[in-house]
Formats: sequence, C-alpha cells, structure tokens
Amino acid sequence: MSDFTNGFWNIYIIILTVLGVAGCAILLYTQATARLEPGQKTDGTTGHIWDEDLSELNTPMPRWWMWLFYITIVFSVVYLALYPGLGNFAGKLGWKSSGQYKEELAKAEADYGPLFNRYLQQDLKAVAADPKAHAMGERLFLTYCAQCHGSDARGNKGFPNLTDKDWLYGGTPEIIKQTIMHGRNGVMPSMAAALGSDQEVENVAHYVMSLSGSTADPIKAVFGKAKFGACMACHQADAHGNQAIGAPNLTDKIWLYGGSAETIMETIRKGRNNTMPAFEDFLGEGKVHVLAAYVWSLSNDVSASPLAPVASNNAVAKP
Amino acid sequence: MNAPQVIKMYAAREEIYPREISGRYSRLRWLCLWLTQLVFYCTAWMTWNGRQALLFDLVARKFYIFGLVLWPQDFIYLAALLIICAYGLFMVTAIAGRVWCGFACPQTVYTEMFLWIERKIEGKRSARIALDRQPPSVRKFARKGAKHLAWGLVALWTGFTFVGYFTPIRQLAGEALNLSFGPWEWFWVVFYGFATYGNAGWMREQVCKYMCPYARFQSSMFDRDTLIISYDRGMGEPRGPLTKNTGGACIDCSMCVQVCPTGIDIRDGLQYECIGCTACIDACDSVMDKIGRPRGLIRYSTDHALDEHYTPTQIRQHILRPRVLIYGAVLLLIVGAMALALWLRTPLKMDVIRDRGAMGREVEDGMIENVYRLQIMNTTEQRHTYRIRVSGVETLSQATADTVTLGSTETMAYPIRLRAAHGAGQPGSNKIAISLEATDDPGLKVTERAVFFVPR
Repeated sequence: MSDFTNGFWNIYIIILTVLGVAGCAILLYTQATARLEPGQKTDGTTGHIWDEDLSELNTPMPRWWMWLFYITIVFSVVYLALYPGLGNFAGKLGWKSSGQYKEELAKAEADYGPLFNRYLQQDLKAVAADPKAHAMGERLFLTYCAQCHGSDARGNKGFPNLTDKDWLYGGTPEIIKQTIMHGRNGVMPSMAAALGSDQEVENVAHYVMSLSGSTADPIKAVFGKAKFGACMACHQADAHGNQAIGAPNLTDKIWLYGGSAETIMETIRKGRNNTMPAFEDFLGEGKVHVLAAYVWSLSNDVSASPLAPVASNNAVAKP
Repeated sequence: MNAPQVIKMYAAREEIYPREISGRYSRLRWLCLWLTQLVFYCTAWMTWNGRQALLFDLVARKFYIFGLVLWPQDFIYLAALLIICAYGLFMVTAIAGRVWCGFACPQTVYTEMFLWIERKIEGKRSARIALDRQPPSVRKFARKGAKHLAWGLVALWTGFTFVGYFTPIRQLAGEALNLSFGPWEWFWVVFYGFATYGNAGWMREQVCKYMCPYARFQSSMFDRDTLIISYDRGMGEPRGPLTKNTGGACIDCSMCVQVCPTGIDIRDGLQYECIGCTACIDACDSVMDKIGRPRGLIRYSTDHALDEHYTPTQIRQHILRPRVLIYGAVLLLIVGAMALALWLRTPLKMDVIRDRGAMGREVEDGMIENVYRLQIMNTTEQRHTYRIRVSGVETLSQATADTVTLGSTETMAYPIRLRAAHGAGQPGSNKIAISLEATDDPGLKVTERAVFFVPR
C-alpha cells in the first residue's frame, strides 16, 4: 500500500482511526451510567430533564449487550493489528486481496487441474476420441475461443474456420496444440511499393483470383502473373503457401479476409497483421491439450484414429 | 448523604422461572409444538423420485421441493413466498395479536421444549428457585449437568436436522455415525446447535424483548379491535385476598405473573413484552374454577370490547374491518398470482445468445448464415429430446442438427447455424423466433426471440 501521495495522509488516517476507536470506548464507558445531583429523586427516569419537564424512563438494556459493544472494540483493535487498516501499516498477517485471489486461484487449479492434466498422458488423437474429453473441450472452446472463432468454430473475417481441412500453420493435433500454447502472429507486408502502380496491384489480384478458378480478367491475370515473383518468397512458386510461416494457400477458395477483387487488392496494398494470442500461461497445458484435441476433432473423423476404439471403450465403461 | 448517586443504564438479567401450567390454551400450544416439530424433524427424511423430498442444494443451486425443482431463475417465487409470509403475519396479527409469537415461533416452541426438559430434571418452579440459591454441591452439579447434556443433545439433533435440508440427510447421518463431517458441515451443525441451545436455554425471553424486530413493530398492526390477551379491569378491580370481599374478582394470587415466560404482570395492560402465549389465561381460569368464580378475568378480548362491553358476536363482527380486508385482499392476490405462476411454469428454459464476433456471413450457394448459442436448461428430472424450430424469415432453415438431448436437470450450451437464401429478409436485423419442444411432451415448449442479420 504505497498509494498515498505523501506521508501526511498516512499519519492522518492513523490518527482518525485511533481517535474513532478510542472515542467509541470512551463514549460507551461514560454513557453507561448517569450521575444524579445529591438527593435528586428520579422516579425511575434517567434523571435528565429536557425542555423543563421532559424526562425519559430508565429501561436498562441487558448487561450482556453492553459486553457485546466492548467486544466490538476489542475486535477492532485485534483487526487493525492483523489486517491493513491503519494507514500504511500492512497488518501482522500481511493479508492482501491480490494474495487471496492468488490463493483461491491456486486452490481451484489444485481442484480442477487434475481433471484436465490426466489427459496429458494420452495421445491427442486418443483424447479426441474420448467423449468426456470432447464435452470438456467443447465447454472450453465456447468459453475461450468462441469470441473470435464463433460458437460453431467456423470463424469470421480475419479469424480462420477451424472445421475445414485448410490450415495456415498445419492441421496435425500437435501443431494445433502448439498454435494454442504459443499463439501465432501472421504478418503479410504491404506490397504496394514492391509492385509499383495501382494497376500492377490490380493485375496481381486478378492473377491470384484466377489461381483458385474464380472469375478474373484474363488479360490482367497475365500481366499479374509476371509480377507474382514478389509474392513467391512466402506463398511459393506454385502459390500453395507455406505452413512454416503461416502463408496461406492461394489456390483454394478459402479466404481469411475475403476473395473479391477489392478485398484482395486491399490485402496486397496494405498488408495484413493477424494475431492469435498464446494461451499457455492463461489456461495451462492440461486445458490446452484437451482443447487441441477438440479442435482437431472438428475437421477429422475421430473414429478413424487407430487408438479410438480403445479410448472410447474405456470411456463408455465408466458410468 | 453528599456522595453523588449513580444509576446504571444497563442491568443484569433477572432469571425468570415460569410456573408450569395446564389448560385448554396450553394443550393447543403443545399441539402446535408437536405439529411444527414433527414437520421439521421428519420432512427431511422423506424421499421423492429416489431423492430427498425437500432439499436445498446450494452448491448445485437447485431447490428440490417434492415434485418441483427450482433453479436460480425461479428466485421470484422465493420473493413471493416471503411476501405471502409477511402478509399472512400482518393479517393474523391485526385479527388476533401475536398468536405467531405465542404458538408457532421457533423461539417460543424451543423455549417450551427446553423448559419441559428443565422441569423434568430440576423439578417445579419452587424447586428450581431453591436449587439455584443453593451453594455448589455434587447434587446441584449433577442436576445442572444432566440438564445441559439433555439440552445439548436436543440442540445438536436440531442443528443436524437443519443442515440435513441443505446436504442430503441420509448421507449426513452416515457421516455423523463415523464423525466424518466436512468442515462446513461441522460448522453449521454446531452453529445451529449452539444457536438453539443458547436461544432456548439461556436467552429465552430476551430474544423477544431485545432482539426481535417483529416484537417492536407489531403495534403498527394493532388497533382497538385486535384480539389481545387482556385483563378485565372492570371485572377484577379492586383486587384483594379472597377472605376480604373487596368487590373485584381478582384475588391477587399472582399466578398470572408466575406463569409468564417474559416475567410481566398482564394486569398492567398490554405491554410489548407480552408474546401472547396465553399461559396467564389458563392460570387465571384454573384459579377461578377453584374459588368458584366465573372464568374470563384474563381472556382474549379487544380494547373496544372491554370498554363497551361487546358480546362475543359483536367482537366477531368487528374482525371484518378495512385493515383486515386490505391485508386479506393483498394476501389473496399474491397467493393467487403465485399459484398461477407455478401452474403455468415451464420446466424448460432457453436463452438465445447470438454470436457477437460475426454479423452474418455468406456461405455456399450465396446463403446467409448466422450463428447462435442456445443455453438450454432442462429443469425436469427426466431425460428429454427437444426439437428446435425456427421461423421469422423466408427460407430460414437450420444447418445444424435440429434435435438435442438433455439428461435430468442438465444444462447445455448448444451452437446452431441458421441459414436463409440470398435476398430473403431485409438487409440488417430481422426478428426471428427460435422454439424448443420436447418430442415426447408437447407441453414442454419455450419460444425465444432472436435476430437474424442479413449483410447490406
């Protein structure tokens, strides 16, 4: 707790707190009894007379109730000694809300971690075939992945569809797990300067469209092909892309940002910068393992896995 | 004497030793005690559909009430129940004073039980007073020890039963047999046990006098036609011993004071300490029977009736007054509304959550596709297969499976994809309806509104 702007406020808070507690104790002690003038008759009142003739009947509260008030004062002193409250004094226990949060997080991890971690022993394809792990993976996906990739995992503009066989970085279970663990940062630089004029950009765009059989201007495509050399470093000479750096295959009809001439020209002119965050620290390897198996199962027949029958039999045998 | 006098604003409690009493009201009070406690101690052990009939499962957030399973979404019923309880209490209080306090309040009921134990072990009122005045002795210690042991056992059983409504009681009983409660089960059993022991054994009338808020705001429900336990001053005064014929019916035997569990003298009139337990009525009636005077010197009556010498019929006629009618009308309205709401309640709930990341997307054949997540809650205890239907936009259809199966009291997030042909609907938002209907029970159906987005 070092958020006071100067030392004065620390002292100020301490004085106010101590005065408050001590004031309560003094008030309680002095008001528990009333002093009467010698010889004064009360007739069962408190002896105090307001406005000439108003007096109050003395209906004493139970003594244990008084003790409860004193106990609150003892409590406050003990509390201030143990927990933060007196200015900058952190308390003997060193308690912090952030520390409690971490403790609760660690406890939750200890409680629920094993549920996921036990799958770490299994091959990802076997995990994918386990119906229980599949259900867990689906819940994880809906919680952590659906915001970008959609509840149905079919993606969105700029966010890849995870249910098809087209993968930017590779679609084996191990690579999917690596992608989730460490994230990806896909960069396509702006090619406007390398290609020169707007006309060249349009020509290349039409060539790219022709690669996947889309309707393109054949003449522009011919001129574009001549300039495609600038793209080959990443997308390869045959335009099939390179999964090692996440360069997409340009010969299919799957487009991350869109396959119209305008969108492709925009992509070439401005480049693209795309990030998939890393989930290793946030979720831990156990959950990522289950998630990767689930994502892989979206585009693969899990029963085709050689390990599947064994795994699913095990899962079914459990009630 | 020149030293200043000091008066204290607090005082030690004066022990009250209520005298035992029998009579028609006493029998009624014991009947109420048996009824309420049989319900409390036994209901927890009843089963329904192979589970505990009444169980408030806080961890799973499901309340099982016989055939009904309430979920957090049904919280409104709890609010309605509390309003019903409040208005029931208001109406009863307006008619007949603090009958709840005297006959059904757990504080009174458990105090009565604990007093009975005390009487069985320490003896009658005079014996209890004598025992307390004795110096410490083995006999005194044995009596007191036995009493506290018996109290403790009843209290622990009560705490155990109470916790048994929140954690299955049969499982709890098994844990109790080998003392393997979880830490929170220990805490709550001991906590409620201690609260019972402390409140019924030690605190007693102090709970009503100093702690209970209801005792303090009861007066706002009272009026001059409210039935209260009243001493008929006109009949009783001037009081005096039987041997001197003073002209009043009260022989000043102080029996009504001795039986009072809060230690007041009802002859001073209505006091906030009076919990309406009617012990003084039984006491006075029994004395009047013995000396051959008519009963009813202390009786249920109203201020109006005492002042104007109403007949019982007139008292009854004054029950139906605006205050009671308004309380009754509100009570009837809320009970009716709650009964109707429970009758019409569908034990199937669904929330439609449209994917926020994507508006609408174009898929093969130029179809427009939207993605939704159906949060489905099957609150029944049976397995059901539900058919999903969609409507609202021409050619709207489902690209995902249109049936979904949920087990007993299961919750599921189920993503669906809806498609419409290019050109169907307006560009922008289109209102659609998504409905869910059990294939085996057409009554189990919910319809939710949603939006289908067509890109411009």
